[in-house]
Amino acid sequence: MIKIDNLIKRVGDKVILKGVSLNITKGETVGILGPNGAGKSTLLKVIATLLKPTSGEVTIDGLDLKKDPIKIKSKLGYLPHASLLYDHFTPYENLKFFSKVYYLDNVEERIHKLIDDVGLRLFTHEPVKSFSRGMVQRIAIARSIIHDPEILLLDEPHTGLDQQAIGILNNVVAKLQERDVTTLIVTHDFLQAAKVCDRIVIVRNGRIADDFLLEGQDINLLQKRYQSVVEGDSNAI
Amino acid sequence: MLFKGAMALAWKDLYTEWKTKQTISTMLIFAGLVVIVFSFAFDPMNTTVKAIIPGLIWVIIVFAGLLGLNRSFTSEGKNDTIHALIVAPLDPSSIYLGKFISNLVMILIVEIISIPFLFILFDFKFHANLLYFILTIFIGTFGFVSAGTFLAALSSNSRSSEMLLPIILFPISTPILIGAVQATKIQLISPDKFASAISWMQLITAYDLIIFVACFILYEYVQEV
Ligand SMILES: Nc1ncnc2c1ncn2[C@@H]1O[C@H](COP(=O)(O)OP(=O)(O)OP(=O)(O)O)[C@@H](O)[C@H]1O
Ligand SMILES: [Mg+2]
Repeated sequence: MIKIDNLIKRVGDKVILKGVSLNITKGETVGILGPNGAGKSTLLKVIATLLKPTSGEVTIDGLDLKKDPIKIKSKLGYLPHASLLYDHFTPYENLKFFSKVYYLDNVEERIHKLIDDVGLRLFTHEPVKSFSRGMVQRIAIARSIIHDPEILLLDEPHTGLDQQAIGILNNVVAKLQERDVTTLIVTHDFLQAAKVCDRIVIVRNGRIADDFLLEGQDINLLQKRYQSVVEGDSNAI
Repeated sequence: MLFKGAMALAWKDLYTEWKTKQTISTMLIFAGLVVIVFSFAFDPMNTTVKAIIPGLIWVIIVFAGLLGLNRSFTSEGKNDTIHALIVAPLDPSSIYLGKFISNLVMILIVEIISIPFLFILFDFKFHANLLYFILTIFIGTFGFVSAGTFLAALSSNSRSSEMLLPIILFPISTPILIGAVQATKIQLISPDKFASAISWMQLITAYDLIIFVACFILYEYVQEV
């Protein structure tokens, strides 16, 4: 589904990604872990078409990122740190706008269902600027999946969420897993990573340091492998 | 598809403006102040003062326009909503077109309100052909906004975008502005030379088309983050 071949991303004279190769099959839920500044968000941005690779190939669903960006974009859902929402618009107006931008038809029902799913039905017509961080994040989640993406890219989706919202998010991910959606989750939360992911990629210093399958929500295995790769390494960043 | 996306974006911007009225009110206040200050500075009853009216019209359009253009992309920086537009399957050109339409509509609203206001305050008797006058204002604004929208996108990546935009927009829009001021002046002040107003207008139209098409195609490269 996602094929990355020797991806290098340079900004100025700083090399952020130093040759990343990764092959992700359809329906996998991949947790991307690593210390701060390792290049995880950058990797996600490249896949999300926000940053152009300096060199290397990225193919998604057989389409080349450089040649068919529009087709690829309609398959991608992206949830970064920022909410990507218009403050003075209500959740309804935000979702309505983004459904137009994704060229969707007959969206009324879907918008209301999404707002229900993230538990903000009572706030459907309140402007987003009056929301708390967690509420904004819930609408941001709804925004990122409005077009039923085939690939979902989540950058630290758990930060700022209460337990209930984490539950909602994990439910969303679980529902997508049933539908064979490919999900990439960047996170620092081992517990959540172990809960939802079936494969872990550890990024360190712009390179992939480890890549393994995770079965049975084995958080101990996850911690052990993470420590052996990252910790005790003084120049982790 | 291209147009549908552009309309969605333009509609979003205008609806935002309708709700907040932030930009348009700044633009209108600025236009009003210019008119009023000039009406204090020059005695509107003096007939020679009429000669400054064509210039005043374009001063309002350029500076009020800059206020709007500056906001059109920096406003997308809040919550990184510009990234949402980039990850969406929108053609880059339709983002340009959408922003162009919303900027154009906003400036046109300011013109529709402030130009009659200017005429009234200066007690100006309008003898020109109204249709040609409106056309002149429109094509001048069209070119200014085409270049302005493009350069606003370019400068919004910079930290001092508010300062950068006027500096880079000035050289590019100068031909349009010279033509527009000349054409307006001939129509309002010396209608007997109408033929040369027409040739100025042809020049602006040609320049408009080149600028618009170039910006439309090149926008893709400005959007690079
Ligand atoms: N636009 C940029 N210009 C220059 N350097 C950048 C830019 N964006 C990121 N970097 C650098 O690239 C490196 C990787 O950044 P990135 O945001 O991908 O890290 P991360 O793995 O997501 O970290 P975190 O866990 O803190 O979110 C950092 O050292 C950062 O300073
Ligand atoms: Mg990050």
